[in-house]
Amino acid sequence: MLVSEMKPLEEVLGYLDGEGKVFIVGCKGCAEVCQTGGEPQVLEMKQTLEQQGKTITGYTVIDFLCDKALTKLRLKAHEDEVMAADSLLVMTCGIGVQATAAVVDKVVHPACNTINLGGARGEWRGSERCRECGDCLLDMTGGICPLTACSKSLINGPCGGAKNGKCEVEPEVRDCGWHLIYERLKKLNRLDKMREVLPPKAYSKMEPPKHLRSTIMWALEQDEKEEAVR
Amino acid sequence: MSLREKLASGKFVVTAEVGPPKGVDIEEMKKNAELLKDRVDAVNITDQQSSVMRIGSLAGAHLVKQWGLEPVFQMTCRDRNRLALQSDLLNAYVMGIENVLCLTGDHVALGDHPDAKPVFDLDSVSLLAAIKGLEQGRDLGGKELAGSPRFFSGASVTPCAEPLEPQIIKMEKKVKAGAQFFQTQAVYEPRQFETFMQSVKHLNVPVLVGIVLLRSAAMARFMNTNVAGIFVPDALIEEMDKAEKKAAKGIEIAARLITEMKDMCQGVHIMAIGMEDRVPAILDAAGL
Repeated sequence: MLVSEMKPLEEVLGYLDGEGKVFIVGCKGCAEVCQTGGEPQVLEMKQTLEQQGKTITGYTVIDFLCDKALTKLRLKAHEDEVMAADSLLVMTCGIGVQATAAVVDKVVHPACNTINLGGARGEWRGSERCRECGDCLLDMTGGICPLTACSKSLINGPCGGAKNGKCEVEPEVRDCGWHLIYERLKKLNRLDKMREVLPPKAYSKMEPPKHLRSTIMWALEQDEKEEAVR
Repeated sequence: MSLREKLASGKFVVTAEVGPPKGVDIEEMKKNAELLKDRVDAVNITDQQSSVMRIGSLAGAHLVKQWGLEPVFQMTCRDRNRLALQSDLLNAYVMGIENVLCLTGDHVALGDHPDAKPVFDLDSVSLLAAIKGLEQGRDLGGKELAGSPRFFSGASVTPCAEPLEPQIIKMEKKVKAGAQFFQTQAVYEPRQFETFMQSVKHLNVPVLVGIVLLRSAAMARFMNTNVAGIFVPDALIEEMDKAEKKAAKGIEIAARLITEMKDMCQGVHIMAIGMEDRVPAILDAAGL
């Protein structure tokens, strides 16, 4: 389970600045449970964006966006609508955003922040990773997470340590995350995103929120009690 | 004159490097510093270079200053979070250290404590911005300082990186965040450096070209395979290979590179990596 919450609308509208046509992607997995990216939220977002003068070329709510193969197939069915859009707005956890970015050559914006559950993680088999940082940066980085793709979690561009596109840590197997981000932003003609100076990350947001933490603790304790009874 | 004043006056500046020891015997470090004194405008004190644990750059810069040289205090983001970095900046200022070189830092996996927790709370860009904030009397928490420091802050860039564009984008961000000078990664290809200097002309910031002294052909080959952003052309490797006196050849090549690139930039940064005693000979041969 990955817990997401909506980003402030102004932040999402900021991402969509200058883009008239948007395709919306929701998820019937965790995002539906969190009421961030289920069908009702997708329809609500569609209405909100239309009120803001945007054209919604289409939308889809996919069963588990983290299943990249399925995501690719399901988006294929909406190919015309997806290709007609300037960008895709993905109303899910960071994995869903990165999985979408990995299968579509379009600008992908996150509509949510993924917050830390402090334990249980979602299940996915792709190379995307989400650190549940609570302040999603995927809009700035072409849908590739700098916290997980860069061995140093740098947010303002590459260090001097990459050689031939490979990271100084395990160069045989590890790509330089910022090389991937650079190539992707260049392909999408959005290198301007890389030029923005980002302030230090608020690592306090990486802690599980208090209300969630107490709920999880309660759930674990319940589980232990039940196990003891059995 | 300070490094800041020399660069402002248009003087071609020379900087070199002193690495603090692993342990507390500082005799050799002192000897190297003495060799460089009166020959260079400032010396960089490396910050646990290659992620190898040793005396830190703050203490190193303080010592070098006591020995009568102007230090450039290198700061990486590898080992300290934003509290420690800002605190060390204040520490540096009260010790009379003005020049700071802001670096990301090598990953801990490359050094002698590979299981350490890498920090990277800030990056080179946000460290530069933090310095600017302190100078304006505020820390990153937005709190007011009782007396604000003043620094001459620099950063690094890799002119021979492939591709080059991400390096230039980041260099632009560093200038925007407050970088006032650059010391580069080692350059062995003057033509490529010329292209690089053309593409960063608009930034109007002094650049000190990096020179790493060659010891042998094997060292050059090793750097080509293992060190990011360094490329030693085959012709130079062959020259080293054929030379009978490797030390003299390394000095000759370094001096030649300096002579060829002198007019393209504002200074030179010589990284002798343990062969500081050869720096005066390089400077003599380059006429500096």
